[in-house]
Amino acid sequence: MMRSVFPVITVATALFLLWYVAAAALNAPWAHDKAKRAGIELSFGELVSDTWSQEKPKLPAPHQIGAEMWKTTGAMVQRGRAFSKRSLLYHSWVTFSSTALGFLLGTGLGIALAIGIVYNRAMNMSVMPWVIASQTIPILAIAPMIIVVLNAIGISGLIPKAMISMYLSFFPVVVGMVKGLRSPEAMQLDLIHTWSASNVQIFWKLRLPSSMPYLFASLKIAMAASLVGAIVGELPTGAVAGLGARLLSGSYYGQTIQIWSALIMAATLAAILVGLIGLIQRVTLSRMGMA
Amino acid sequence: MSDQTVISSKNLSLTFQTGDGPVHALKNVSLDIEKGEFVSFIGPSGCGKTTFLRCMADLEHPTDGSITVNGTTPLEARISRAYGYVFQAAGLYPWRTIAGNVRLPLEIMKYGKEDRNRRIRDVLELVELSGFENKYPWQLSGGMQQRVSIARALAFDADILLMDEPFGALDEIVRDHLNAQLLKLWKQTGKTICFVTHSIPEAVYLSTRIVVMSPRPGRITDVIASSLSSERPFEIRDTPEFLEIAQRVREGLRDGHGEPDFA
Repeated sequence: MMRSVFPVITVATALFLLWYVAAAALNAPWAHDKAKRAGIELSFGELVSDTWSQEKPKLPAPHQIGAEMWKTTGAMVQRGRAFSKRSLLYHSWVTFSSTALGFLLGTGLGIALAIGIVYNRAMNMSVMPWVIASQTIPILAIAPMIIVVLNAIGISGLIPKAMISMYLSFFPVVVGMVKGLRSPEAMQLDLIHTWSASNVQIFWKLRLPSSMPYLFASLKIAMAASLVGAIVGELPTGAVAGLGARLLSGSYYGQTIQIWSALIMAATLAAILVGLIGLIQRVTLSRMGMA
Repeated sequence: MSDQTVISSKNLSLTFQTGDGPVHALKNVSLDIEKGEFVSFIGPSGCGKTTFLRCMADLEHPTDGSITVNGTTPLEARISRAYGYVFQAAGLYPWRTIAGNVRLPLEIMKYGKEDRNRRIRDVLELVELSGFENKYPWQLSGGMQQRVSIARALAFDADILLMDEPFGALDEIVRDHLNAQLLKLWKQTGKTICFVTHSIPEAVYLSTRIVVMSPRPGRITDVIASSLSSERPFEIRDTPEFLEIAQRVREGLRDGHGEPDFA
């Protein structure tokens, strides 16, 4: 444990130092500008402290982001307003719900397509190119159209955003599960064949269990892709709620600190969700005797 | 062909079409195997011994000639679960315990729960692995894993056991031990066993009949009925009788290579 803590702390410290230096360098022109207009001369110390405390810095310093994040999470919880519209927790929750729904839909679609590809000759020959083509379309281009089309048939709110998440997350699941369902060796297939097992039995007893390590690897990627999809899906909806909305409204008003705290929040959310999959993976595979 | 004949092949041929032209894996193979026999198939790689076994199991489909298993086609025999097949690798499912692996064919064949448990207990006792029910495959040695795979093939009580180099990947000490065990098991159960091997001593030690095969095209060159008694202690390997049979097998293998090929 201690052996891994030391390198992590070293790297983190180096990153923070680099960040503070970069913040000072990037925000210095604005500090000079202000000083020139006010007709005062800045000492080095004053300059640095100004670059780290601007209201709309080009690059906010870590402590500014930390303060903003505390203001919009912990402090709001203390005041009992954890789910007010100004709270990052509320926006994270909005993003999380479309991420989770999109992830579940995407996983379901991915597994269904993979089963089709493995078991159906026509699908095997035809589906994969379309699946790959679907991912070559920039999501930013297709997201507004999904929102508009679904809105036109009366579907709005959570579902359109979840659809965009699904669009991104089904892909790694298809690829991983096709590989996983095909992972049993020829000998194992011959063996189960000698017992004249039905296709359904072969699926449940051999192919599906064999695919588990592949499935979990895919789910981790799918989870991260779902989150990206959810955030992108929030942009064209008019930036009402969600981490994507915070990013967009922050950029409208040049609120770089708000943008960065939404970014950090999104990264934290992603880390938690992917970590959760990792935990389920460890428990499942060790109970299956495969880890 | 008597009414005791379990497997009967007549002029069986199998030709694979490959990019380099047809490969005659089997050509005009005719053989009758009686109930309760222990028949070994021996020959160099490419002689078709495994292909012949796979034809019996309905894993390959002959292009000419006929083969019956229990008087029916291999397909019907497979569907009626007439044989158990043991491969060179144990092929145990890593996510199932030893008992779970033996239970697998029984689940597929929809045996009742109590029947299943009784059979698992019986066959694990037969291969001397009682007490290992809840272990996982990776906790067992290679030889033990292969015994589990034999137990699995025996669990549903098929009359025929097809074994494709089951001990080929094991070291000689383990192999000798398993040979003795297999012989005992064969006597206890009275099953008909077809056994593919590369090893002359193994074939002579185990078999009531030894089928010598040779490649290009895959065919039978000699069938040797063993004159050894059914009691076969290890020391039997040093008797003149044993060595004489081994010598005949060796000659059969050499004759099969009559025309050297410079491919």
